[in-house]
Amino acid sequence: MLRVYGEEIASRLLLGTALYPSPAIMVEAVRASRAQIVTVSLRREAGGGGAGQDFWALIRELGVRVLPNTAGCHSVKEAVTTAQMAREVFGTPWIKLEVINDAETLQPDVFGLVEAAGILTREGFKVFPYCTEDLGVADRLLTAGCEVLMPWGAPIGSARGLNNVYGLRSLRAHFPDVPLVVDAGLGVPSHAAAAMELGYDAVLLNTAVAKAGDPAAMASAFALAVEAGRTAFEADPIEARDMAAPSTPVLGKAFLE
Amino acid sequence: MKVSVIGAGVVGLACASELQARGAQVTIYEQGESVGDSACSWWAGGMLAPWCERESAEEPVERLGAEALDWWDTRVGGVERNGSLVLALGRDAGELRRFARRTSEYEEIDGTRVGAIEPDLAGRFGAGLYFAGEGHLNPRRALADLAKGLAARGAELCFGSAMEPDNAPGDAVLDCRGLAARDVLPGLRGVKGEMLVIRSADVTLSRPVRLLHPRIPLYIVPRGDGVFMVGATMIESDDRTRISARSMLELLGAAYALHPAFGEAEILETGVDVRPAFADNLPRLVRHGNGRVLHVNGMYRHGFLLAPAVARMAAEAVLDATATPEFFQC
Repeated sequence: MLRVYGEEIASRLLLGTALYPSPAIMVEAVRASRAQIVTVSLRREAGGGGAGQDFWALIRELGVRVLPNTAGCHSVKEAVTTAQMAREVFGTPWIKLEVINDAETLQPDVFGLVEAAGILTREGFKVFPYCTEDLGVADRLLTAGCEVLMPWGAPIGSARGLNNVYGLRSLRAHFPDVPLVVDAGLGVPSHAAAAMELGYDAVLLNTAVAKAGDPAAMASAFALAVEAGRTAFEADPIEARDMAAPSTPVLGKAFLE
Repeated sequence: MKVSVIGAGVVGLACASELQARGAQVTIYEQGESVGDSACSWWAGGMLAPWCERESAEEPVERLGAEALDWWDTRVGGVERNGSLVLALGRDAGELRRFARRTSEYEEIDGTRVGAIEPDLAGRFGAGLYFAGEGHLNPRRALADLAKGLAARGAELCFGSAMEPDNAPGDAVLDCRGLAARDVLPGLRGVKGEMLVIRSADVTLSRPVRLLHPRIPLYIVPRGDGVFMVGATMIESDDRTRISARSMLELLGAAYALHPAFGEAEILETGVDVRPAFADNLPRLVRHGNGRVLHVNGMYRHGFLLAPAVARMAAEAVLDATATPEFFQC
């Protein structure tokens, strides 16, 4: 069970709802992923007052938890306003907080992120910050009131997998009790399995499923990989070693020749 | 047989045309004051690109869309059959490979061939896909000509007339109102699209060019006389007020990336409207009540591409009450 902000969530896969060929395929993919939390981008689809209602209705019908995000926000003010709008539209204090620094790489602006996380936490939001694997930033976000961290695997939509395995492992080791979710940059299920094997509590992805040739099949493949990775982590994997270690004792041979 | 068609967008006019061809006496009711006045097809790109669209559309769009080129050529003429070109900037080469995997009926071409096909793009792209069998038309001229042809053959066009399907006279009623029919068609949603019309004397293109980009895939369609349509955004929203600054930036950015001379282009027009779509982005023919009214809707971004095939099905369903064409629902 994944535990975040006092809630128990059965699935360790969080899925985004953007970029699918059609809403019908999005719905199929969410079902196939067995995700119980889906992220929704408010900013782009909202446009003006009350727009996008039909799309929201489809998402509500899924019967899963909605984690609205502040995708596309480049400043603290934009992110805070978007979060407040999301709380009204979806009736949830949960918010995936994105404050983007660079439009090209969509790198988080970690300074703005910490500031916005503090503001939103004081307003009663449960903040899921999209961050880097930087330990200092992680510490500041926790101090600001976040109870979960969502470091990137790689830049959003890049499908590169875990760019900095050392950094992610280090973050896991430094914060053993904080729920950690690898968010963004995953391309194929083995990337998700790798994140789970590192001991991450969950993964969040969107493009890898939405832009696959068969999104529902890919969603199902990711669900299996997340389950495999988590099971492997709990089963305590063996350590890598430099030398071969024969699994069958080599009897009857000279020890040294 | 007397048939009322409500809506003079691409679907209404195509349906009227198919019915008229089968001998029906057609009256078209349009709430706007002229053809295209309140139709989202007025803002269409006019690409007849069934094979390119397959990249993100379901199979019927390719199969049925393949009928569109000949249909438009027969009914109104003016279809440019110069194919279409799909390009990506060097660092987005993966997008081109992905597009190729999802589509068919193209030729993989190198930079030299890109320059041979579109001389103004010579030296700017190292690779592309050339869909030789595709075409494009000027959607506004096509709508106007289709309406003119209908009138010439005896159809009545009533503008400024917001007819409700149940009140419309005749033996049958085709409701082709687009998003305005959402009151009777649950699940119909709006998908916002924004576009620009620009004019540049410095760039000449002979066919639609799609510029692939992981976030912002856009296309440019030549309209002749240095005029180009740049489109179109796809946003889950039914807001039809105005184009956003971000969208304008993205549209112009794509044009500029295709050819920097577009930076000097004049912006003639910006357009916003909302495409009617069902959850699977495929059309529906829905018969309601006593069977007199047939709703034809949900063309999404494929109005000009799918209207011919959908109109044929609708006409068949009107003339034969036992017909159950594809996308038909009772």
